[in-house]
Amino acid sequence: MSFKKVTTGNHAVSYAVWSSRVQVISAYPITPQTQIVELLSEIVAEGQLDAIFINVESEHSAMAACIGAAATGARAFTATSAQGLALMHEMLHWAAGARLPIVLANVNRAMAPPWSVWTDQNDALAQRDTGWMQIYNESNQEVYDSVIIGYKVAEQVRLPFMTVLDAFVLSHTSEPVEILTQEEVDEFLPPREFDPKFYSIDLNDPRGYGLLTMPSDYYEFRYKVQIAHEKALEVYKREVELFAEIFGRKYGVFEEFMLDDADYVLVTSATLTSDAKYAVKKLREKGIKIGVLKMRLFRPFPFEDIRRVLGDRKKVAVIDRNIGFGHHGIFYQEIKSALYPLEKRPPVFGYIIGIGGRDVTPADIEDIVDDMLKREEMTEIIWKGVRL
Amino acid sequence: MSEKKTRRIWDVPDDELLHHGHTACQGCGGALSMRLALKALGENTVITIPACCWTIIAGGFPGHALKVPVFHTAFETAAIVATGIKGGLNMTGRKEVISMAWAGDGGTFDIGIQALSGAAERGEDIIYVVYDNEAYMNTGIQRSGATPVGAWTTTTPYKRPNPRPKKNLMEIMAAHRIPYAATATPAFPEDLIRKFRKAKALAGKGLRFIHILSPCPPGWKMASDYSIHVARLAVESRVFPLYEIEDGGKSYTINYWPKGIPVEDYLKIQGRFRHLFRPGGEKWLEAFKQDIEDKWNTLVQKHIATHGTTDNIPRGFYK
Repeated sequence: MSFKKVTTGNHAVSYAVWSSRVQVISAYPITPQTQIVELLSEIVAEGQLDAIFINVESEHSAMAACIGAAATGARAFTATSAQGLALMHEMLHWAAGARLPIVLANVNRAMAPPWSVWTDQNDALAQRDTGWMQIYNESNQEVYDSVIIGYKVAEQVRLPFMTVLDAFVLSHTSEPVEILTQEEVDEFLPPREFDPKFYSIDLNDPRGYGLLTMPSDYYEFRYKVQIAHEKALEVYKREVELFAEIFGRKYGVFEEFMLDDADYVLVTSATLTSDAKYAVKKLREKGIKIGVLKMRLFRPFPFEDIRRVLGDRKKVAVIDRNIGFGHHGIFYQEIKSALYPLEKRPPVFGYIIGIGGRDVTPADIEDIVDDMLKREEMTEIIWKGVRL
Repeated sequence: MSEKKTRRIWDVPDDELLHHGHTACQGCGGALSMRLALKALGENTVITIPACCWTIIAGGFPGHALKVPVFHTAFETAAIVATGIKGGLNMTGRKEVISMAWAGDGGTFDIGIQALSGAAERGEDIIYVVYDNEAYMNTGIQRSGATPVGAWTTTTPYKRPNPRPKKNLMEIMAAHRIPYAATATPAFPEDLIRKFRKAKALAGKGLRFIHILSPCPPGWKMASDYSIHVARLAVESRVFPLYEIEDGGKSYTINYWPKGIPVEDYLKIQGRFRHLFRPGGEKWLEAFKQDIEDKWNTLVQKHIATHGTTDNIPRGFYK
């Protein structure tokens, strides 16, 4: 039987990696991720997980080691944050281009300079175009489940999968998490077996991987990555259905909170969603018909679903804990582009908040709603609480 | 699988694991070295190749000129991707397979040294080979940390040749206390094959490092039929001695006592050193010779420290 454990977001990742029977783990320390691999190194040293643990000398090498391992058909994992993820950037492209189903846990941390170890999403969102799937988590339970679902989806579509959790708010905060037994996980995610059809390195069929490719062929390789992402959306939806059937926790491409009759919608992601939900409940008591759309899957991006859910609302506010410099909040850009094809679409307001780990409270969210309700014209970028 | 045939006298397998149809230049030391190395390692080998000439030599999509799997990877990652592949092979029931990183001097002396140092220090179970042609040849002859002092490259022109001696990578590797480090050249094929066999036999003991001097006719500005000749001169002039470092960096063995021919014999047939013999080139010639002499003397001392004598070093015919 599964059991509840009070555990941090970081350790929820470690337990999920254990549950997923990962075979090669490679990692380099960086705050606030380090606890993930500390616990994993113990789990491997205790013989509880039959895996190879490679203590690499950089995050670039952590990803490169996962790439080598995954190329042979082994299940590979690494975790990082901020500067580490940025250092991996080149190899993130490599992992996706080589179509390797690696899972990476990124603990969102603000990029330096100035130095910060606190949360915002610029590190992960800057990797938007590398070809990785990305999912954002609100709770430690989501964090745990997303790793297992991640491998299940990644291995079917042969794309790497990044699960993202907020620094400290999740990574170092304990919550009750239902940990599944090995038998339960195996039913959903069987141990990885060598299968030549995945074009893993095979001594009986020696091939070259990642050869120099002329313009006459390269284009199609990129097209196929895009097709894999489109397929991944379907596979993800199918797998979360199956996950819900077996374990009773239902995840969509996003989560709809009090949306049924909502005129106004707050689009959020990750932990500040909890503040938004709290604020929305209070606003509902005041009679404001408002709900929350919590984004989970960022890549592939669920355009159709976004249109279906947001299309005929009165107003939408997108709350971004990130900034696409010289443009707008990054979720804001994506939501707006999703709505564009609709003939009738709601005005979308873009709010920036909580960058570099500045606390976000339900009162801040209520302020945002007040502000949105007052505005007549669509406003693209509003820095909530910035000191001028 | 064809039955292995071996030559009775030379004990070198006839089987070729490098196909015809590869795209190396004429006289490429890197292609010949790979052919010989695979004769020693056999078909149970997976090769990791970072950005280097071999990215091209192995063939463009969809061709593949090797009868073993090759994973092409980013410039600075040869050692770590080979490590990851070894880990993956072990976890997928293929522990007997050799994982070899095969990188150029840029990918080893320069951009790849961090991953190489990490893998060496951790004792990763891989063979790491640098085929060293002493510059970034694939991008068009730019200097690297392996370029000798005084040499011309496209980024160290004749008027400002490479100012500092070649990095002594063998000593760096020895300092990592790895089980095996050796130098080799395709001019001494049986020596090269013996060293790869030794590296293979040390599987499970840690990182084994082989430094191949790999002549490059276009980069060294010489005729393509000079490759073997120039590699032989490099050994005979003590520019590139053949030696092994074993027992975790503690024991040094010079495999062959060079004839000690003038260094000029090695330099004069290469256009990249032409300016050393023109007015103003004397100081570069002197710097080159001084570096070679210093390195040779240190090496001989280390051989003596290990063996007590130089009398045990083979002289005369060596292949």
